[in-house]
Amino acid sequence: MFLTEDEKDILTGGQGETLAKIMKTLVMYGDTFHAEKFVEVTGPGGHLVTSFGISIMSAMFDVMDEIIDAGIRTKTPFTVDPRPIDNKNVPSSLIQMIVARVMYGKQKNYEAQLKKLGLRDDNSFTCTCYMDEVGNIPGRGDVLSWAESSAVVYANSVLGARCNRNSAFIDIFGSIIGKVPNFGLLLDEERKASWVIEVRTSHTPEAQVLGSAIGLKVMERVPYIRGLSKFIGSDLTDDAKAYLKDMGAASASNGAVGLFHVDGLTPEAKDLGEMLIRENAQVYVIDDDEMERVQKSYPVMWTDPDAAPKLCFIGCPHLSVNQLISWTERLEKSLAAGGRKKICVKTVFTAAPDVLTAFAQSPFYGRLRATGARLSYICPLMYMNNPTAKNLPVITNSNKLRTYTNSRYYTDDEICSIISKGAAI
Amino acid sequence: MTRTFKGRVVVCGEVRASAVVSRQGFNTLASFQKSLLAKKTDAVCSDQNNPDLYNKPMARLALCMPQSIGSTTGGLVFLTASAMGASPACLLFSEQIDSLAAAGAILSDVWTQNSMPTVDLLGQEFLDYVKDGMQVAVAMDGTVSVSD
Repeated sequence: MFLTEDEKDILTGGQGETLAKIMKTLVMYGDTFHAEKFVEVTGPGGHLVTSFGISIMSAMFDVMDEIIDAGIRTKTPFTVDPRPIDNKNVPSSLIQMIVARVMYGKQKNYEAQLKKLGLRDDNSFTCTCYMDEVGNIPGRGDVLSWAESSAVVYANSVLGARCNRNSAFIDIFGSIIGKVPNFGLLLDEERKASWVIEVRTSHTPEAQVLGSAIGLKVMERVPYIRGLSKFIGSDLTDDAKAYLKDMGAASASNGAVGLFHVDGLTPEAKDLGEMLIRENAQVYVIDDDEMERVQKSYPVMWTDPDAAPKLCFIGCPHLSVNQLISWTERLEKSLAAGGRKKICVKTVFTAAPDVLTAFAQSPFYGRLRATGARLSYICPLMYMNNPTAKNLPVITNSNKLRTYTNSRYYTDDEICSIISKGAAI
Repeated sequence: MTRTFKGRVVVCGEVRASAVVSRQGFNTLASFQKSLLAKKTDAVCSDQNNPDLYNKPMARLALCMPQSIGSTTGGLVFLTASAMGASPACLLFSEQIDSLAAAGAILSDVWTQNSMPTVDLLGQEFLDYVKDGMQVAVAMDGTVSVSD
């Protein structure tokens, strides 16, 4: 990589040994991917993927201490993924709570480390930092040093920002130096699509299954999606953004998608259209049969596949206010149709703390709570990582949660029927 | 019989170890999660979706794969395994290394005492040839010798 005099000074220890190690890490990372130089990080702030103080991650705490002891902070305040524990709002047995307390025994210390490093505030724990209520919203063309795969794919695709699928610590280091190596999805050429996805379903495809199908097929490549805007519109409305959030998260976790384009909808596709498609791009047709095939391919990881669900998570990635409102109306309607007042499976809706605060001020908050549903800021994935939770029959509408845990995926309609009517699974 | 493959050095180093091979994308978090949580340094693979590696130890072995996949915590997982002495002896990729494994290899090299020599672009022929238990020698210049 070409380095400026200041960058060379940092690398050779002129600004301290720890900063030199941070710079060395970024230079090696850039060299690996043939980056020619660094580019400035822009936008309102960083976003980190590591929000959990798992006791075993001593190496992480040691590196953080070394950075803090050297008096180093990020250039701008950052947000971070959701907290791993919420005993007040998420059902847990005593043994679960004890194990979680031991497992995440460093949580308090780690959050103190994050604050010293530049955490924005106590409400900054969410995987959807780009929600209006949270406000870490990069603009088009902003260069980011983020990790969290669902946030990266959203920022690249829906907001038109530029960010690679960075690992934990690379996100922090880029935010400290204020620069990232210029390669991959930061470059125009690498943002072109090598897959064309033809959506030919008879109705709006389930976002989480469509994303899963795309991710499983294209892995880390960039897809250009045709035929979707006729279902979700050609404007980035709140509904369209929520759809793309969920589709993107599924594509990033079932595969490794960091950027997608939707014909006539996402910013770069609107401007450049099919000029974004590479020559000889491969084509993947997704119709009703393919959607069904993909959904049926998900393995059931429950110890007893016929068990009744004990818990349901909705909101991985975290929900928007509009999604919470939509679920409120949906549940009320379904409960009324079944002559019930309360849901019959313990259900937790998860969202950013700032989104929950905003939702709590709307009349829908009381209505959703009246159905028996709970609200939490937790990361469902972290909850499920607790060894005592692994054998729980948990259902979800999140393909990401399904991928990384033993939880069982159902579509939104299926989830609604199960939790409101006790429909057979 | 010994066959030699030439790749690109990501993290340089010399090492000799037995091979353990994943023919599919290696999910770093899913593979290390259980052993790290249990503080076990043999790093038995816990990824049920990987039939090549599931229930096999990975620590101090030459871990061969096409690329890594999964959570963006992947780099941190490699760093943690290295700091615990539970990391593979080296990482060998048939394809170009992905950003998460690259971060893990580099973080381990710069921030711990247990560097994992890492070589990528070894080619599909390498992955087709190498089998569990074969002896692997990695040289500083990215030459990988595989002996049955």
